[in-house]
Amino acid sequence: MQKFTKLSGIAAPLDLVNIDTDMIIPKQFLKTIKRSGLGVNLFDEMRYYDDGKEIESFVLNQPAYRDAQILVAGDNFGCGSSREHAPWAIADFGITCIIAPSFADIFYNNSFKNGILPIALPQEQVDVLMKDAEKGANARIEVDLEEQTITSSDGEVFHFEVDAFKKHCLMNGLDDIGLTMEKAASIDAFEAAAASARPWV
Amino acid sequence: MSPKTLYDKIWDAHVAHEAEDGTCLLYIDRHLVHEVTSPQAFEGLRMTGRKVRAPEKTIAVPDHNVPTTLDRANAATMTEDSRIQVEALDTNAKEFGLHYYPVTDVRQGVVHIVGPEQGWTLPGMTVVCGDSHTATHGAFGSLAHGIGTSEVEHVLATQTLIQQKSKNMKVEITGKLAPGVTAKDVTMAVIGLTGTAGGTGYVIEYCGQVIRDMSMEGRMTVCNMAIEGGARAGLIAPDETTYAYCKGRPHAPKGAEWEAALAYWKTLFTDEGAHFDKVLTIKGEDIAPLVTWGTSPEDVLPITGVVPDPASFKGGKVGAAQRSIEYMGLTAGQKLSDIEIDTVFIGSCTNGRIEDFRAAAEILKGKKIKEGMRAMVVPGSGLVRAQAEEEGIAQIFIDAGFEWRLAGCSMCLAMNPDQLQPGERCAATSNRNFEGRQGRGGRTHLMSPAMAAAAAITGKLTDVRDLM
Repeated sequence: MQKFTKLSGIAAPLDLVNIDTDMIIPKQFLKTIKRSGLGVNLFDEMRYYDDGKEIESFVLNQPAYRDAQILVAGDNFGCGSSREHAPWAIADFGITCIIAPSFADIFYNNSFKNGILPIALPQEQVDVLMKDAEKGANARIEVDLEEQTITSSDGEVFHFEVDAFKKHCLMNGLDDIGLTMEKAASIDAFEAAAASARPWV
Repeated sequence: MSPKTLYDKIWDAHVAHEAEDGTCLLYIDRHLVHEVTSPQAFEGLRMTGRKVRAPEKTIAVPDHNVPTTLDRANAATMTEDSRIQVEALDTNAKEFGLHYYPVTDVRQGVVHIVGPEQGWTLPGMTVVCGDSHTATHGAFGSLAHGIGTSEVEHVLATQTLIQQKSKNMKVEITGKLAPGVTAKDVTMAVIGLTGTAGGTGYVIEYCGQVIRDMSMEGRMTVCNMAIEGGARAGLIAPDETTYAYCKGRPHAPKGAEWEAALAYWKTLFTDEGAHFDKVLTIKGEDIAPLVTWGTSPEDVLPITGVVPDPASFKGGKVGAAQRSIEYMGLTAGQKLSDIEIDTVFIGSCTNGRIEDFRAAAEILKGKKIKEGMRAMVVPGSGLVRAQAEEEGIAQIFIDAGFEWRLAGCSMCLAMNPDQLQPGERCAATSNRNFEGRQGRGGRTHLMSPAMAAAAAITGKLTDVRDLM
């Protein structure tokens, strides 16, 4: 997995609450059997007309934000389905950090598995960063995972919380499955005990 | 010992390893797999040379892509990418030795309907699937939730998940439901109160007399939409209704094992005095037949209501409501019962079970759907379809003018050919009314099967109580 340590990048403002996984990547793009190549379809129905032409007003189509690496969004980002195609599309576009007041549970977990750092901040701090992002390409936001800080283009610093294990995996690009397999003895022991306690399972 | 919630008990019984920081490896008893969220996971196993650790606990069924028309055995009814995805599942199920219900099997259907029907889902289990509506299985008092594809691969390889424990939330529905009010209205009422993020970080236990009086089908409907309230899972303590449903199912325990299982299941309840971090109580009598007006499942109102004024909301919801009303082509103040529809969809893992069809058929009996209405019933499984035919329900739908389809997810998420066209408006018994969910530009109003049947007859969103 791609490591995430520090990022200094353009932040795109997407000031909507309840941005759901159908908005992030509509179902017609879930028929792939690969993980890659979904970036072009990120936010497809907000980003393109029926004939495939770009909708100019959509934030990621504006010249200032075409290379955005950070997304600042409204409450409950990523609600809806469990599709990991949502973080795949976001990462494939080049966005590796999302800042919002809150995230839906499954999306939040999926992000960490794909080198994306989702950061939940209080609404008033997100409001500040949303304003900052609206300044366009000259306003770069800095994210430091080690220090757990975000620095706005004006130098204002916000601290954020992140689970220690998730942080460790993301900073080192660790593969969860490999880590779990190191604990195979615990799983074997559990399985043996469960087989005698609950043989019908 | 300090009193435990039902969630605490199931959690504690499945921790295979706990790290110092509280990160746990939770053992998974049942892993359900479908064609959309699994191909990349199997590919990952192949690339790393890993095996499926417990194929005997892994059940696969194609449901999201499959056509529901009677001619679906003909490969031409599927687009090429859909066909490739279903074929990938066929291959993976065979290669890794999973239990498999292919499209041609009468037991095939929506994964969350097949699991309980075949007795794979039992009380006290942990159940996961690469699908958010895995919450459905919580109706059995099993801890069940959706996972992403990386986690699907993790469970395939290790039969565990890396988890942090959620908080406990209790939702009690007291008293009795009024006539015309169903499990769907109950679960929508809860989301209307909590909002779509109200359950984030929690596992909900639904309880109270209304839940106790519900059938397993109704309880599955309630738990199914726990995810729409943002909760990791929804749970209902098992009781006689649960045991009766499980008994005799193909993969349920038998003989002495059944007795041992039953004794264990009877310990699965929240202890007196156990702590809940959040509690919500609703009077069953206060719940009316509900519909959604917007593009979030929290946009719920009684059918007797009117489209709200965006200005009546707070914060980011003002803009969201404005956007919803525009997308839905409605006007603030418009009566919900004046909204005309052109499509009706009855089915999905939320409402594709026999009881849902009985409720809709009760309203449709001897009546015709409005002229020009496109109406379809999509059974949750081949066995639901067969039972409905046996009970004469299928004929009621057909006589009323509905299309009687084969099993699948169908127009709930429109990955197969069942889709809305831009501007079409659907009365749907599914679970999500997001923009574009049922087809680009399509407009979805969520409701119960009885309410959807009523709308099919009148051509408008309709208070089912007026037709009873």
